Amino acid sequence: MKKIMLVAALLSMVYLASLGKITPHPYSQKAIHADSTKGLDPETGLVIAKELDMVKAQCTGCHSSKMILQFRASREGWLERIRWMQRTQKLWDLGEAEPVVLDYLSKYYGPVKHAQRRQPLSNIQWYKLNK
Amino acid sequence: MTQKRRNFLKKLIGTSAMSVLGTEIVFSNNMPKGYSPVILNSLDDNALEMLKKNKEMTILSDRPWNVEAPAHLLDDEVTPLDKMFVRNNGNPPENIDIKSWTLTIEGESAKTKKTFTLEQLKKQFKQYTYQIQLECGGNGRSGFVPQASGNQWSEGAINCAEWTGVRLKDVLNSVGIKDDAVYIGYFGKDTHLSGDPKKVTISRGVPIKKALEDESLLAWAVNGQEIPLMHGYPLRLILGGWPASVSGKWLEKIVVRNKVHDGEKMDGTHYRVPLYPIEPGGKAPDSDYRIIESMPVKSVITYPKTGAMIDDGKTLSLRGHAWAGDLEVSQMEISIDFGATWQKVSLQKPKNRLAWQHWSTEVKFPRKGYYEVWAKATDAKGIAQPMVIPAWNPAGYLNNSCHRIAIKVV
Repeated sequence: MKKIMLVAALLSMVYLASLGKITPHPYSQKAIHADSTKGLDPETGLVIAKELDMVKAQCTGCHSSKMILQFRASREGWLERIRWMQRTQKLWDLGEAEPVVLDYLSKYYGPVKHAQRRQPLSNIQWYKLNK
Repeated sequence: MTQKRRNFLKKLIGTSAMSVLGTEIVFSNNMPKGYSPVILNSLDDNALEMLKKNKEMTILSDRPWNVEAPAHLLDDEVTPLDKMFVRNNGNPPENIDIKSWTLTIEGESAKTKKTFTLEQLKKQFKQYTYQIQLECGGNGRSGFVPQASGNQWSEGAINCAEWTGVRLKDVLNSVGIKDDAVYIGYFGKDTHLSGDPKKVTISRGVPIKKALEDESLLAWAVNGQEIPLMHGYPLRLILGGWPASVSGKWLEKIVVRNKVHDGEKMDGTHYRVPLYPIEPGGKAPDSDYRIIESMPVKSVITYPKTGAMIDDGKTLSLRGHAWAGDLEVSQMEISIDFGATWQKVSLQKPKNRLAWQHWSTEVKFPRKGYYEVWAKATDAKGIAQPMVIPAWNPAGYLNNSCHRIAIKVV
């Protein structure tokens, strides 16, 4: 049953795409890599949460959501990025939105633990080499 | 859709994945974890097609465009256009008129100010073609822990294509350089992401000595074709072996400076590293930073693609490229035992100065199992690639640690 529903969902997505609901425009379309479906905003690939609309209003109006998706940092780390954008990239004063945006970024895009000097190879897609 | 209906649906399907393309995907909860919805991936596919990039390229950012090649795509001796990484800081200019495009040379250490059309550049100066390695200063940034801010490049922010143009020194000499000249800086026609036309996106440069090298070009062609828009059409400065951000795109002006160029992204942690090693996550005062010049020695395994499974007893062919900034690579080695022992491999001379060098070898594995092939290049001064991540720095530059691929002998 689950499989049927999945297929139905996928078919509906393909159908919607064929209706032209997304019309990629050169140099302005939002291309995203979603790595899970536990609540990702289809427009940006960002985690869906109550702060998301604010994050989209403050952040992804100017730059790719991938700038957020590929980075992980503590609250202080994200604040440092905001300050840098304010210093050099004409980002406005976020005012009351700042703690909301920081709550979101540090909660969903907080630091992850890694091996210190070199990580094991990961995401290997094994294939048979015949040559 | 009303809030009520939204809440109702939320309760009904018990998920926050509320909508795709303005409507609901019912049962989206049932999608397997780690599954990327078709449409989201197809957006990237469309973007790569629009950019005329190989469909295996990885988009790190779409505003601005930053796209890299997985290592196995770099197998060609001369990197084809569709496999060249893209690193943009702003938006490329629009409505380019090649006939009215000009390059101006000026600055406090230029003897006069001159403006050239592309036609004049082509007619007035001798043309040269060189194969030149261009590597992003942040190539390999994703290896740093703690994470350094910026595009999380893996190995693929490197290319080595054939650029055609005139020598920068011939053009500078025709304008005249004063004795006090220290540096050159470039300005391009790309626009700032904020949309402010007064804001400069990026304006970097190099010491006058580097600018006057034979291989420093003002190029209008790459691999015998017009430069693609993403790579600087119609005119690009080419200064190989240094962070590729010095090779200014959409070039409209070069300034000859009597001091170190102070353009956008010449300061702070932009393309600068601490003068001395600091602990991971540490800081250094601004005065203790230096501008990155020649890139460090590095290599990549381009064949086979990581993840190859081969039959026990079979010989595996391996190949790739090596480069060392301004220097030549003098030795190339691989290890199949996590760096315990190394075997020298065959290494070609560069086609010209600042071109990458091709290496190849064959290897036999002693028994079944999981192996990693590590590749290590050594430059003409005897400096080799580290096996672990080199000195951490705040903006994550210069990770030239050995490239590794996974092999299974079955």
